[in-house]
Amino acid sequence: MSEWWPEILSWPFLAAGSFFYVVGLIGLVRMPDVYTRMHAASVSDTFGAALLLIGMMFISGLSLVTAKLIVILLILLFTGPVATHALARAARYAKVEPVLSNSEEAKSSKR
Amino acid sequence: MITAATLAVALAHLFGVWRALKGPTVFDRVLAANTIGVAAILLLALLGFLTERPEFLDIGITYGLLNLIGTLAVLKFFRYGDLARGAENDAAK
Repeated sequence: MSEWWPEILSWPFLAAGSFFYVVGLIGLVRMPDVYTRMHAASVSDTFGAALLLIGMMFISGLSLVTAKLIVILLILLFTGPVATHALARAARYAKVEPVLSNSEEAKSSKR
Repeated sequence: MITAATLAVALAHLFGVWRALKGPTVFDRVLAANTIGVAAILLLALLGFLTERPEFLDIGITYGLLNLIGTLAVLKFFRYGDLARGAENDAAK
């Protein structure tokens, strides 16, 4: 039993990770504004990547591979918000206006 | 299941390139580059599991750090016009 249950236990994590990753990518393609696109990309960077990496940790058990996967997870969790914050600050400094819900662009694109 | 996850992460490269080509502002393109970088790290980890070679994880760790430094360097260049100067230009004005 100890040779197949880690693989079966990793399947829901890999499936959920792929689902959240694709949801974030669809948001990156279809959102109307650079700020909302950043938010969607951070969903895939945090949720999708964390669930995928935890699913892979179940397959590899307690070994050096799991330690390296934990290091990759910590790097992604620490550098993701830093990059998003710097990008949002730079966009605001360059006077990129956000699309608000009562602006003309939002009203024209509403179906 | 690892194959399905690899296909899902490989979509990130296509969508990222589409956003990099289409995005009206330069910050869309920097965001697309960052997303492609994170997708490359995950793709390296998943391919390491598919081909039974754990050496790919070391490359993933290295590229994780390089991706952040690259994004911040591009943003600094667009704000200050120069990678050598920094916030003292704002203080001098």
